Amino acid sequence: MDMAVIELSRLQFALTAMYHFLFVPLTLGLSFMLVIMESVYVITKRPIWRVITRFWGRLFGINFVLGVATGLTMEFEFGTNWAYYAHYVGDIFGAPLAIEGLMAFFLEATMVGVMFFGWDRLSRVQHLLVTLLVALGTNLSALWILIANGWMQNPVGAAFNPETMRMEVTNFKEVLFNPVAQAKFVHTVSAGYVCAATFVMGVSAIYLLRGKWTNVARRSMMVASAFGLASALSVVVLGDESGYALTDNQKMKLASIEAMWETEPAPAAITLVGLPDVAGRTTHYAIKLPYVMGIIGTRSLSGKIDGIEELVLRADERIHSGIIAYDAVEKLKLDRGNIAARAAFEAHKRDIGFALLLKRYMPDPRKADDRQILKAAWDTVPNVPVMFFLFRGMAALGFGFIAFFAMAFYCASACRFSKRWFLKIAVFMIPLPWLAIEGGWVLAEIGRQPWAVDGVLPTFLGASSLSVPQIWATIIGFTALYGTLAVIEIRLMIAAIRKGPIEHHEPMGAVQGFAPLPAE
Amino acid sequence: MHIPLDYETLRVIWWALLGVLLIGFALTDGYDLGVGALLPFVGRSDEERRLVINAIAPHWEGHQVWFILGGGAIFAAWPFVYAVSFSGFYLAMFLVLAALILRPVSFKYRSKHADAGWRNRWDWALFVGGFVPALVFGVAVGNVLIGAPFRLDSDLRMTYEGSLLGLFTPFTLLTGLLSVAMLALHGAAWLAVKIEEGPVLVRARGMARIAAVLTIALFLIGGLMVARGGMGMAIRGMVDANGPSNPLLSASVVAPGAWLGNYRAHPWMVLAPVLGLVGPLVALAGIAARRGWLNLAGTAMATTGIIATVGCSMFPFILPSSIDPRSSLTVWNASSSHMTLFIMLIVTVIFLPVVLAYTAWVMKMLGGRVTLRDVRSNPDFY
Repeated sequence: MDMAVIELSRLQFALTAMYHFLFVPLTLGLSFMLVIMESVYVITKRPIWRVITRFWGRLFGINFVLGVATGLTMEFEFGTNWAYYAHYVGDIFGAPLAIEGLMAFFLEATMVGVMFFGWDRLSRVQHLLVTLLVALGTNLSALWILIANGWMQNPVGAAFNPETMRMEVTNFKEVLFNPVAQAKFVHTVSAGYVCAATFVMGVSAIYLLRGKWTNVARRSMMVASAFGLASALSVVVLGDESGYALTDNQKMKLASIEAMWETEPAPAAITLVGLPDVAGRTTHYAIKLPYVMGIIGTRSLSGKIDGIEELVLRADERIHSGIIAYDAVEKLKLDRGNIAARAAFEAHKRDIGFALLLKRYMPDPRKADDRQILKAAWDTVPNVPVMFFLFRGMAALGFGFIAFFAMAFYCASACRFSKRWFLKIAVFMIPLPWLAIEGGWVLAEIGRQPWAVDGVLPTFLGASSLSVPQIWATIIGFTALYGTLAVIEIRLMIAAIRKGPIEHHEPMGAVQGFAPLPAE
Repeated sequence: MHIPLDYETLRVIWWALLGVLLIGFALTDGYDLGVGALLPFVGRSDEERRLVINAIAPHWEGHQVWFILGGGAIFAAWPFVYAVSFSGFYLAMFLVLAALILRPVSFKYRSKHADAGWRNRWDWALFVGGFVPALVFGVAVGNVLIGAPFRLDSDLRMTYEGSLLGLFTPFTLLTGLLSVAMLALHGAAWLAVKIEEGPVLVRARGMARIAAVLTIALFLIGGLMVARGGMGMAIRGMVDANGPSNPLLSASVVAPGAWLGNYRAHPWMVLAPVLGLVGPLVALAGIAARRGWLNLAGTAMATTGIIATVGCSMFPFILPSSIDPRSSLTVWNASSSHMTLFIMLIVTVIFLPVVLAYTAWVMKMLGGRVTLRDVRSNPDFY
């Protein structure tokens, strides 16, 4: 197999997925903030809340459209670039994607049209209901895609079928209620809410700094600070929750985040900072906090957290066992009725994915010697320094958001957002949630390497049989298209923000309520 | 878990649902594509073009989900088809995606500046976003009929031996143009019920007449080429309709003329091509009588009939291989597992009616013809 094809396919997937996820978090959070704002309008009937809702709704629309457009690519990219993956796990992985379409995409996409075009045709309550359904649809779609992604991280409820040469569902309920998926869902949508709250805070702060649209800006900030504080707390607390889930299912990921080379006596210490050394298999200059990791990871003082070296030895054993399963499958290909091979397969089938790791070095894993097997076992360690630093960056940002929104919450009651230094911080904060979110995705996906599906299918086997020029053509094509659209999108966003909430057809009463004030 | 339906039945149901999805896509998003392709020709001034755009503006987003759902459902129910077709038709798929990505942004961004050059560029982007997918879908269907150059190894890994240009042959170009004509006809029919009487509608009717005649002609020629071109495949020997989904366990062979065999074995299937031919005639009658809804009903019949014809001709084949008949994907060897098919059926039975119900509600809430007066006065319009 051609490793260039695999690296390029990974590059393209990373580019398109990360680009797609620039728009998704804002959609997830802003849709619910629109629901809150519009609810206030429906309850109080004060026109300014309609203006507020419509203003943020316009920004929502500009953002939503690119989220949908780039989501198209994602739905098909498993087929175009990861065909063997699609065949190998489609029986399980395809279902949440299809359900996502039926349950979530239809809802959000159908309702969003009414949300924008139905202001004059629907009653207030009807329109609020439509906005709520849009928010529900976007968040449901996150649920289903994270059930799919959660299964890649923790593939429960499925087994390899040698007759069809793929994984098949054995227990759909387990796929659905996968603890990793649940934790990821809450963590990811909370991150989206933080992103939207920070965006609303920042844009409103620009208005307040310039003394424009202050009535709209202050009210928006009120909503954003409450919504943001709750979400920032949830994103960190439930981030810990996904750490907890890791220990059962993804020990290697946890060990590499912590650069924990050897198993420590319980309860393990957490490394705050340090310099992981891959060649020496040690972490220099580590500053550790005793007990904390053991408590986060196992929720006990006696639970042990495995180190990288121990996990590699376990992978080594599983590769040996997987080779037996692989051999059995090859025999079953020739003779479906081979009873001995069937029995060997059944005994070792949960390790067959580990034998596939050897395909990187040889076409037939059965020919591997112990040295090669150990090498393949070491392949199961993801890029430790990247994991180590990304996680610390993301966690620091997470605590930063809590501090920021706590401050905002305090400012809302103490000074009605009149302090300029706070407003400047709010503007500065705008890009940070995106950094944390993209970093979080890189962490999650790099952390799963070398696997496409943990313990089941190595990434390098998942790619389509494409040629390097073909993939370059699409990478260049997507980059040019996406780049152009990003420029246009940002220009339109800025233009819409500059223009502000005023609408020509707005009844005068509403406009007079928030006439621009001179700078303070 | 006990599964009350046997594997064979579920496979046939999912084969039919695949058709329902494709037809659902063509009936809804199809007219948006058609309208996009017609846009520069039926609308001359900015106002006229805005009239056309706002006839589909509130709905295209929901309609496009049929396409996304198509991808998801093929993935879930026919993972082999998903893997082989999208990676095989790799660059063609990229063209479709790029064109479809242009479409949402064109709708949204076109209206943000009044500048004529800006708007004109987005109008052509909308044209590309309508024309290119319509053409490529048709070309892809043509290639499915003649078979795609792929083979599966014993791990069921697929290798593809074609190229982008190889997809375009006289026959597949014909099916591509048929798809464009059919969707343009459908788009024009939608305009006939959705915009006010005026010069745009007159031009749309003119376009519809041409498209209807082309649809009939191309469909007939396409049928002749299938009959004379010796296309077709058959499964040799016993068919295990309940067997595991592994193409290498079945034996498909080239069987020239087999694509017409189903009409002899199951005469009721003739209904599909008949609908495909009668539909455009009904549409023509609707145009002549100035009955917009009759026109639309005719194009809906045409679209349904033409797509169903492909399915009926090929059953049980879904994606034949032109270089290694053994690798061909059929209803009996390319589906997902028994349990997945059943779970997905339950999900579909519950949610598809819900989707149809709220889509109908939205259509009703935003019903009525779009007029130039709306275009001038409604601030929510694109």
